[in-house]
Amino acid sequence: MTRESYVNLACLAGLILIPLWAHVSDEPFTITLATRAVILALAALGLNIALGIGGLVSFGHAVFFGIGGYAMGILAHHAQNYTPIAEWPFLIEGTKSMPIIWLLATVVSGIVAFLIGLLSLRTTGVYFIMITLAFGQMLFFFSISWAEYGGEDGLAIYVRNGFPGLNTLVPLQFYGLCLAILLLALAFQWRLAKSPFGLALNAARQVPNRVKAVGLNPFKLQLVAFTISGMITGLAGALFADLNRFVSPTMFSWQLSGEFIVFIIIGGTARLFGPVIGAALFVIIEHVLGGISDYWHIWFGFLLLGIVLFGKGGVIGLLAGGAKAHD
Amino acid sequence: MTDVILETRGLRKAFGALQATDDVSIALRPGEIHAIIGPNGAGKSTLIGQICGSLAPDSGQVFLAGQDVTGKDTAQRAQAGLGRTFQISQLAMEDTVMQNVLLGALGKSAAPWRFFGAVLNDKALRKSAMAALERVGLADEQARVTAELSHGQRRQLEVAVALTLQPKAFVMDEPMAGLGAEGSARLTKLLDGLRHEAPILLVEHDMDAVFALADRISVLVSGQIIATGTVDEIRTDTRVREAYLGDEA
Ligand SMILES: Nc1ncnc2c1ncn2[C@@H]1O[C@H](COP(=O)(O)OP(=O)(O)OP(=O)(O)O)[C@@H](O)[C@H]1O
Ligand SMILES: [Mg+2]
Repeated sequence: MTRESYVNLACLAGLILIPLWAHVSDEPFTITLATRAVILALAALGLNIALGIGGLVSFGHAVFFGIGGYAMGILAHHAQNYTPIAEWPFLIEGTKSMPIIWLLATVVSGIVAFLIGLLSLRTTGVYFIMITLAFGQMLFFFSISWAEYGGEDGLAIYVRNGFPGLNTLVPLQFYGLCLAILLLALAFQWRLAKSPFGLALNAARQVPNRVKAVGLNPFKLQLVAFTISGMITGLAGALFADLNRFVSPTMFSWQLSGEFIVFIIIGGTARLFGPVIGAALFVIIEHVLGGISDYWHIWFGFLLLGIVLFGKGGVIGLLAGGAKAHD
Repeated sequence: MTDVILETRGLRKAFGALQATDDVSIALRPGEIHAIIGPNGAGKSTLIGQICGSLAPDSGQVFLAGQDVTGKDTAQRAQAGLGRTFQISQLAMEDTVMQNVLLGALGKSAAPWRFFGAVLNDKALRKSAMAALERVGLADEQARVTAELSHGQRRQLEVAVALTLQPKAFVMDEPMAGLGAEGSARLTKLLDGLRHEAPILLVEHDMDAVFALADRISVLVSGQIIATGTVDEIRTDTRVREAYLGDEA
């Protein structure tokens, strides 16, 4: 086993043991914080497929997070008010069922990611960053003006949505559900990185000319990666809205897109557990520093600067040494 | 059956006022090594770029196995059977040697849409990748990270990737550059046999290699082909001697 796998295992143990401990010692708020970290980790993991493996620095991934959030908000809003979403061409009703909400969140995020990718992947570098940012801002302002669903105030959902066989109102159960999804996503990314697609995508980031010369199309590879990436972040958005029982335009904000990138950088770009460590540290620091100073973002900025300057592989790089070419 | 595998007809390409490719028509026949020689800046790489689809010609056409591929992009031309090596190595430096050749094998298989199985465990791809590494003499280096390879080894890897494509025609832009005497000799031997698998359009500065290998030579000067002929014809061509070979021949 490599040192990185030990770091990953320790991380995994923490994800399981800390909430269990919090449950036993009756600290539900700690479980809520852990749930928040797990969901944000899932969102950043989605981005990591595009950014870490594919090299696509999307500054607009909050788009998918917000779409997931609004998918949950809109479906649950109609369900709790007993109003149909649409009556024509056929009746569409709201729902409080998580699996259906997740399906809608991932499918819509995937479609939007495909369309955004289609337009923005023609560009690279700073232009790509700016275009994805612009799409994020478009949806942000659109959601603000969407009065039917609360506009700037957002939508509150009174009761958390349900999952067959679970009582999602119990913090530990909802946490377990979110963790299970994160672990599935981690397993997926782990296999993806080693797969034929992963090899080609990774090469498309490094030497697009070579990829073309062997008869593969970097644009198509990246478009598929971007779509998968958006779907995972969209799913995280639906969970996030369910955690807070609230969705608002801030889920589309560019700050959030930036934070996803920051999680990846803190944890270690293209490292499997990078987003997990990054998001967990962020949530902890936000909680601790946020209690001490209103200007905690500044201190957080210093931390980030330190990591970028001194530890190129992020926290995992510091703990486990330089990245090895995945053997 | 066509008696020409790869052909250009009247290619032209200008960069501003500079006519980098000026009405170039060349043909690559089955079983031959057709060398293109010419001084620095003659337009050799520009010509290769147009053949392989990374540069769009201003006018003219490219045919591969009788099919007009002028409107196709680089990936489509590779799928149609063009195997290219670059003058400046284009390799995934963070990846291992094996991963670089596997990429070629994957391109040949045209099945990159597999998201689960480990590519390193794919028997068919590995076999083709390993065979290519053995032919260029890099089998022992397969687990090394490409960035650690010497310049010469990178040149060999560049050729190995092209081998995995099993193309209808090879297009090689200075594969010998920086190889050293031993490496050049080895590659010369490899290319010598390779021409029977697929003909080679070979841009090369190493005159010993060119004279040893080429069935035909075309001389490119200022974007124009000033002569095409056998080794002996080119050696004795006065225009060529004036324009290019100078004292060398
Ligand atoms: N993208 C470009 N824009 C402008 N000029 C270019 C471009 N690419 C090449 N040129 C010019 O076109 C001419 C031909 O360049 P090319 O690289 O094809 O030469 P070459 O024969 O391959 O030379 P070498 O032997 O040095 O590799 C040169 O004068 C070069 O400066
Ligand atoms: Mg050149």
